[in-house]
Amino acid sequence: MSSHYEAPIRKPLIIGDKNYHDVTVDVARPVEGRANRQWWIAFSIALAAFLWGVGCVAYTVGTGIGTWGSNKTVGWAWDITNFVWWVGIGHAGTLISAVLLLFRQKWRMAINRSAEAMTIFSVIQAAMFPVFHMGRPWLAYWVMPIPNQFGSLWVNFNSPLLWDVFAISTYLSVSLVFWWTGLLPDFAMLRDRAITPFTKRVYSILSFGWSGRAKDWQRFEEVSLVLAGLATPLVLSVHTIVSFDFATSVIPGWHTTILPPYFVAGAIFSGFAMVNTLLIIMRKVSHLEAYITVQHIELMNIIIMITGSIVGCAYITELFIAWYSGVEYEQYAFLNRATGPYWWSYLLMMTCNVVSPQVMWVKKIRTSIMASFIISIVVNIGMWFERFVIIVTSLHRDYLPSSWTMFQPTFVDAGFFIGTIGFFFVLFLLYSRSFPVIAQAEVKSIMKTSSENYKKKREQEHGNDNHSHSEHNH
Amino acid sequence: MYTFSSRLKTFSFVLIALGILGIGYSFLTAPKTVEDVEKILAAENAHGGHGAAHHDAGNAHGEDAHGHHAVSHDEAAASHANHGNDAHAEADHHAGADDAHAAHDEHQEHLEHVLHQLQNKPWSALYIAALFFMLISLGALTFYAIQNAAQAGWSPVLFRVMESISSYLVPGAIIVFILLVLGVLDMHHIFIWMDEDVVAHDHLIQAKSGYLNGPFFLIRAAIFMGGWIWYRQYSRKNSLLQDDANDNTHYKKNFKASATFLVFFIISESIMSWDWIMSVDPHWYSTLFGWYVFASFFVSGITAIALITVYLKGKGYLEYVNTSHIHDLAKFMFGISIFWTYLWFSQFMLMWYADIPEEVVYFKTRIEDYNLPFFGMLAMNFLFPVLILINTDFKRLSWIIVMAGIVILCGHYIDFFNMIMPATVGDRWFIGAGEIGSVLLFLGLFIFVVFTTLTKAPLLAKRNPLIEESKHFHY
Repeated sequence: MSSHYEAPIRKPLIIGDKNYHDVTVDVARPVEGRANRQWWIAFSIALAAFLWGVGCVAYTVGTGIGTWGSNKTVGWAWDITNFVWWVGIGHAGTLISAVLLLFRQKWRMAINRSAEAMTIFSVIQAAMFPVFHMGRPWLAYWVMPIPNQFGSLWVNFNSPLLWDVFAISTYLSVSLVFWWTGLLPDFAMLRDRAITPFTKRVYSILSFGWSGRAKDWQRFEEVSLVLAGLATPLVLSVHTIVSFDFATSVIPGWHTTILPPYFVAGAIFSGFAMVNTLLIIMRKVSHLEAYITVQHIELMNIIIMITGSIVGCAYITELFIAWYSGVEYEQYAFLNRATGPYWWSYLLMMTCNVVSPQVMWVKKIRTSIMASFIISIVVNIGMWFERFVIIVTSLHRDYLPSSWTMFQPTFVDAGFFIGTIGFFFVLFLLYSRSFPVIAQAEVKSIMKTSSENYKKKREQEHGNDNHSHSEHNH
Repeated sequence: MYTFSSRLKTFSFVLIALGILGIGYSFLTAPKTVEDVEKILAAENAHGGHGAAHHDAGNAHGEDAHGHHAVSHDEAAASHANHGNDAHAEADHHAGADDAHAAHDEHQEHLEHVLHQLQNKPWSALYIAALFFMLISLGALTFYAIQNAAQAGWSPVLFRVMESISSYLVPGAIIVFILLVLGVLDMHHIFIWMDEDVVAHDHLIQAKSGYLNGPFFLIRAAIFMGGWIWYRQYSRKNSLLQDDANDNTHYKKNFKASATFLVFFIISESIMSWDWIMSVDPHWYSTLFGWYVFASFFVSGITAIALITVYLKGKGYLEYVNTSHIHDLAKFMFGISIFWTYLWFSQFMLMWYADIPEEVVYFKTRIEDYNLPFFGMLAMNFLFPVLILINTDFKRLSWIIVMAGIVILCGHYIDFFNMIMPATVGDRWFIGAGEIGSVLLFLGLFIFVVFTTLTKAPLLAKRNPLIEESKHFHY
């Protein structure tokens, strides 16, 4: 695909003295070995949070939406904030696997598998909020355009909420197919290494009979490109349509044309932060430091910094245009955001999303693993508050001052949200012990060009050559 | 080294000469007085030409025009027919008091209105073309900065082409700046908010005057242009010094300068688009506008890089450029065309859906009075490039790139036309000597400056640390 020559100034993407077999062993180790104590502790905590969430959801379904903090004025708050937050996090996976593939970024190969897993797991969390907000989730299939004879009602095609259903279900399906396609050769690797008949059976089913013949690889490469081409507009479309949920309205603070691209930038921003959070832990726990290097973390930090700056630019644009518009309702909406009763959430959003990523300009900070981890958490908090600010502050001061109110989450709201975090980590922890967490087949394809081992070998071979070449230049 | 062929040089001079003639003609033939306008309107009625249906309606004509202008061109209408009198005249009219007199007033106002529109027309045509060609070179400069900041390995063999395109930024920005100064000096009326009489009767513009005022407007323009030109000159200097360097110092300097430029650019570009384009409709606003304008000139800049690369390759230069490089440029043309459409759709759809009168009037005017350029632009900027460039093999064929590139450049010129003209000339638009002349003038100047710069340095940035990757680029 890409050129086999790499400039000497490029830093290696696989560090240490690794050969092809080492990659196989390193990637298979977490799957083939036994879970350690830390894994069980983390899993138990996640499971407990998940079960607590299940309880809260059961209570919601049994009693009704009245158990939530939403009220007549603020009819949308906690649930939609969480929905948008989770969908946004999912974006990084598709961006890494599709957009970075099209841009021939080799460093994506170490992180795409986990980022895509994160996408799928977070979209599952996201989908739960609208479903349970329906009140009668057993009628959730009514959001599908099913003929009236079936008993449901025909859907409203003019509503962005319906577009959301289509966008997110398409996104989930394409992401799943993309993820699984990439997994096939790696599952086959686990299958071929399996020692018990049971694991062999499981992984041979999962690998869809991958044979490793040239034809398989040729189809694999082609389908990856096609899926990348399909998924790239999807990255833009999903959060664009999520933003339409708000921007098509006439509510000051929601109706603004910059919302689609700014939501997409924000989604990539939060998604990369979550990838950093997960991978910084995973590379340590699963001993993958040779593949997920500091350079990978640095590059993700740079993307966080860029998208954070784009988001910041959009915040300032919104503020300025609200003043420039001369529309007092628009001006009030933004004044209220910054100085009203929810000023603290606005301040959190601004500091976490705009100010904090700017520290990444310092090389020392963006290559520090601890600092990267902290910033990634800070950004995720900030992006949660961004949605909260947009949604709640625009609603809580509505057109009738007598109905002005505040939003107060209940323990059910909190439990549901914590439950989704628990569920997400349950899925991710199970994934990290049963799936090849690094796309080892792809990593092997850049071994010769980008690993420290081969770079050194090449230098030794061509060392004299290069030297005379540079002498020749002057 | 590249030599500027005398044929191409002559061609650029011919374009400049023709352009000056066209522009001169358009200024000379613009109506000077109300009587001239009356003649033009009479001729239009007699021939049943442009806008005949609109003006034929006899007495209804006054009401029609005003109803129309009050909604569609309130800014343009405000330029002379101040709103107070409008309302007064119409109230009189409807009350039935002194019908003839009111009708006469309205007719007179309408004539003045058309006079101002027609006087704006050659200036607007000049401004659109000046701005468009300057932004093409700014788009190429931004692309260059992104390549540097991203340490892209495929593109260094194209760096000298990009540097030459961005050399037009210096004369281009100076010309645009002069046009902005002339606006502040009241020489033309592209920016209606610069007219004190209008501001005196317009509460909305008054509220914005802290931002929309002559001195601050020019200070911003000077800072933005100065910043862009500084980065262009600095990065070019480093790029040339790197050719004969022993280490990567100049390359590293360019890397840092490019990252800094991009930060400056993201801020200055948005504000520039509000100032120089959005403020021609001073009542209207859109938060997306800056990024929409960016997508438009960014794809134009990339297209210019592709066209000039294909031209030089055809002449036997750029020996290391292969079809893979061309393919990548075509992919960017394809991708950014879709990105532009995405932003166009986001802005249009949200305003259309919400249907807030203050906002939707912008698109209502364009669909009613600019129907062909408005929808034609979508065909040129989206349908055509997407359908033709989606094919992998086509992205490697020179004649396809040239054809798609010309359509894209024309389409984005029309995009800028649609952004400026409705506010300045209303429904009195047509593509005449002024429009064509302005495009020819700046195209000639652009070719002359860009190809002159190409002769100044070797076409290969030979000591760029990524140049070997770029030479070997093949997939």
